[in-house]
Amino acid sequence: MSTLVIADHDNSELKPVTRNTLKAASEIGDEIDVLIAGCECSSVVQSIVNLGVARTVHVADAPYFEHAIAENVTAIVVQLAPAYQHILTAHTTTGKNFLPRVAALLDVQMISDIVEVLDATTFKRPVYAGNGIATVKSNDTTVVLSVRGTAFDPIVPGTLATATNTLDSATFPDPSPTTHIKDELAQSERPELNNAKVVVSGGRALGSSESFAFLEELADSLGAAVGASRAAVDAGYVPNDMQVGQTGKIVAPELYIAVGISGAIQHLAGMKDSKVIVAINNDPDAPIFQLADYGLVADLFEVIPEFIRQIKEGS
Amino acid sequence: MKILCAIKRVVDANVNVVVKNDGSGIDLNNVKMSVNPFCEIGVEQAIQLKEAGIADEIVAVCVGSAKTQEQVRVCLALGADRGIIVDAPDDLEPLTIAKVLKAVYTKEQPQLVIFGKQSIDGDNSQTGQVFAALTDLPQATFASDLSISDNLATVVREVDGGLQTLQVPLPMVLTTDLRLNVPRFASLKNIMMSKRKQIDVLSAEELGVVLERRTETLRVDRPPARSAGIVVKSIDELVSKLRDEAKVLP
Repeated sequence: MSTLVIADHDNSELKPVTRNTLKAASEIGDEIDVLIAGCECSSVVQSIVNLGVARTVHVADAPYFEHAIAENVTAIVVQLAPAYQHILTAHTTTGKNFLPRVAALLDVQMISDIVEVLDATTFKRPVYAGNGIATVKSNDTTVVLSVRGTAFDPIVPGTLATATNTLDSATFPDPSPTTHIKDELAQSERPELNNAKVVVSGGRALGSSESFAFLEELADSLGAAVGASRAAVDAGYVPNDMQVGQTGKIVAPELYIAVGISGAIQHLAGMKDSKVIVAINNDPDAPIFQLADYGLVADLFEVIPEFIRQIKEGS
Repeated sequence: MKILCAIKRVVDANVNVVVKNDGSGIDLNNVKMSVNPFCEIGVEQAIQLKEAGIADEIVAVCVGSAKTQEQVRVCLALGADRGIIVDAPDDLEPLTIAKVLKAVYTKEQPQLVIFGKQSIDGDNSQTGQVFAALTDLPQATFASDLSISDNLATVVREVDGGLQTLQVPLPMVLTTDLRLNVPRFASLKNIMMSKRKQIDVLSAEELGVVLERRTETLRVDRPPARSAGIVVKSIDELVSKLRDEAKVLP
């Protein structure tokens, strides 16, 4: 029984979430191969080889894999698929984009966003913004899964010698008619939301984009990533890639500090698995206090400067 | 240009959903149902394209029971021109829904098919992509901006690190993200007018699609409860708790 994991990467670095996906794969079976579809992505290949957990790393290296266009990635996964019983990737915007296409062409019902492996065909996954945890069993011959990274630890590096299988570009399918125009990726010195140890998030109570600078100072004093509630994104204070919630990013850091966030269900779905939750809000009835480990009822503009001062003092 | 908007009937976003005690699922009795918010954004986008003179017909399609009439009617009141309901159980899997919609696509031949990026019940984020693969159409998922000219769509996509812009030839599949637009409210006049708009009810059988299931939901449980902690009085107390008790600060 062997498993194919499609790596998440940006052509130069392997995304950390791939290690979480590999951990989920290892709970299904020992025979794991990895596919890296990219362009000039040899450093990513090297990262997989160094990790020592895969039998083989398949490398599809061509210009039209550079931007992970769904149709192109799908075609190469479908070519490799007959050799595998399980096909996994991370439930990121990249994975969500191509994996359902793969499942469709294999005539398989994919199972999205798994948080637990019960056995080779049975998995747990959140539904209704995490208000329910469904136990789902696949009856398909190939099991196609996207994995919630925060629900699995990163795989521990092993000693397996990984063979490299460079796929022959002559066998690559015709590229998609889609043209990539540009990427506008946020440039930040801060850690990525998906795998930061500390996350500081702001809500609508911040009142403006400028006030987020205030939170950034708090985040920087903690080495934290900055997130936001959907209300803050809706109000236009920050871009959508900062959204934590059911329809944004799912995070589970050691410490989550919610500032001026009331705690709508859809936000809680994105952060309630954090180890320690702190809520600062001036409304004592805000739902966020019902799951915060430490709540402080206060005007955020009054207490945040003091918070920053004390953290800087202590470190 | 014709636009097909796939919509889903889901529990309203403001309802606190309750997991049944016997683990058999979510309690849907007497719960307010709505058009999935992301599908509503899709309908709004179609209406804006029609207002801009780019589209001339908007068809809203829903795969589900007779109860979905209510949600399809909402889309007609918002500005869709006609509706199609494919009579089926309400809890079909994305693969089967996409197969049904493929049959509708073949019949209707739209240039643009719009889906919500995910439904807020199953949270799968699959149906648009599965449909695109089955129909062999290019896709642009998680769209936050769309412009169309000369049969070419320019789409800005919300991706994990920021934004990606793609140019996709029509016909194509679009799935909507939150910031694509803010849906309008239907006016009373349009609600009244919508009662005269046509809704065709089709059966999966006449479309030649078998409504099968590939997965079984064995049970649905409540997530592990997280109990409220303590309320601290000051930043002093908060910082000392985080340092000494939770040990998450240096």
